[in-house]
Amino acid sequence: MKTLTQDPQGEGMARRQFLRYAGTGAAMAAGVLSVASCKKNPGGVANDHVDIGSGDIAILNYAYALEQLEAAFYTQVAASPYAGISVSEATYLTDIRDHEVSHREFFKAALAGNAIPGLTPDFSSINFADRTSVLGAAKAFEDLGVAAYNGAGYMIQNVAYLALAGKIVSVEARHASLIRNLISYGSFADTTVLDANALDRAFTPAQVIPIANTFLSGTKISAPSLGIY
Amino acid sequence: MDFYNILDQIEKADPEFQDRISPRRAAIKNITSFGSKVAVAAAPFAFATLFKKAYGQTANASVTTVLNFALTLEYLESYFYNQGIAAPNLIPAADKSGYFTTIAAHEMAHVAFLKSVLSSAAVPSPNFDLTAKGTFPDVLTNYNTYLAVSLAFEDTGVRAYKGQAGNLLGNQVPLTAALQIHAVEARHASAIRYLLATKGFKGFNGQVIKPWISGSATVSNDTGIAAVNANYAGENNISQGGVDITTLNAVNGKTSLTAAIEGFDEPLDMPTVLNIVAPFIK
Repeated sequence: MKTLTQDPQGEGMARRQFLRYAGTGAAMAAGVLSVASCKKNPGGVANDHVDIGSGDIAILNYAYALEQLEAAFYTQVAASPYAGISVSEATYLTDIRDHEVSHREFFKAALAGNAIPGLTPDFSSINFADRTSVLGAAKAFEDLGVAAYNGAGYMIQNVAYLALAGKIVSVEARHASLIRNLISYGSFADTTVLDANALDRAFTPAQVIPIANTFLSGTKISAPSLGIY
Repeated sequence: MDFYNILDQIEKADPEFQDRISPRRAAIKNITSFGSKVAVAAAPFAFATLFKKAYGQTANASVTTVLNFALTLEYLESYFYNQGIAAPNLIPAADKSGYFTTIAAHEMAHVAFLKSVLSSAAVPSPNFDLTAKGTFPDVLTNYNTYLAVSLAFEDTGVRAYKGQAGNLLGNQVPLTAALQIHAVEARHASAIRYLLATKGFKGFNGQVIKPWISGSATVSNDTGIAAVNANYAGENNISQGGVDITTLNAVNGKTSLTAAIEGFDEPLDMPTVLNIVAPFIK
């Protein structure tokens, strides 16, 4: 594996080989185990990245990481409201903060010893004093969160975890809809997030993690079990 | 027999799909060419075979059943919005252009999508009675009633899809598609709730309705509309995966009961949903 990771071509092939086995039933367990054995420091910090683990733990940590970002974002929004914020917008954004914090704390509790550490956000690209900047960031986070849950749902093996992800993702979609309506009345589900069949987006962790990492300062997240380094 | 649409969906959702499933590409190819040879009448069998071969899962009757259940709900929603839009002097122009035309188009697209996926296994649309056997007699003449039914349909649609996720566990294609529709229904539900809030609509305890489902220890139906109590049963649950959410830390102190209720939507199982929609079916 070490030599393969130095070779992008080889890395891709190794990933495909793993995923070939990761698709089905009993073979999945073997695939996960074989990859776990390649990890230098499972669940720990290697260089400036924290490994989210493998199997359902990886997906739950992935959700935990995204919820950490969202919770930190809305906590800052509520603590330092943008100029000219209305009473109703302040109430909505505080409600959302409380939902996101409950999601974050839920994953932390559910993962217990398997949880990744608390991450340090980097929101330097967001102007918290400006409504357009804040709501634009909120929209991006919510739409991304929805797409992330949609795209990771099928990877979850435990039916109880899938049910929990389902309970959370629709609340994220409610947030996304509201934020979009605050930005532009009637834009709750426009063609930037829906395809021709009116399906919301579904993003892979490989699409989401690099975006999430741009909002992290210091330790970033990686998912070697999913081929994301 | 149109598997190509759903395969397109996968590839859109996962650009690396073809690479990921390389050992299964042959199976997919076999199926698509196989599909061209079989009669349309054999579609249910071929559909099941696709999932079995492509994903190593047995596409038992439940996948088809789940998708037909979803299709039936989409038929109802689509009919409801099309009738509402066509009804004279029901929906104000601003609300029609801002909300209902968009939502109607989505529900029609969902119907078309599910029908194309199910092909000849798709159930036909039932005939509908939007008054629900007289519970909402003025649904197409009184905008407030129409909004109330819309609200209940969307929130219930979210719960219905959520309740089927477990039945699709491990079936990448239908599960992902169902989650994608589920999220759109949640966007609709939030939008209808926001529309109502902008009109000052008050739900339980005289509180202006929120984009998310709120409640209290004793109130699971935050709309205050008693006729739809069953649609909201259990929405005030605060125990998730064995964790009492109100014991978790919040920004200040512990998580409030309100946040614990609002932060997690609750599923409904298929029989419960079918009981709820039964009065709408002639």
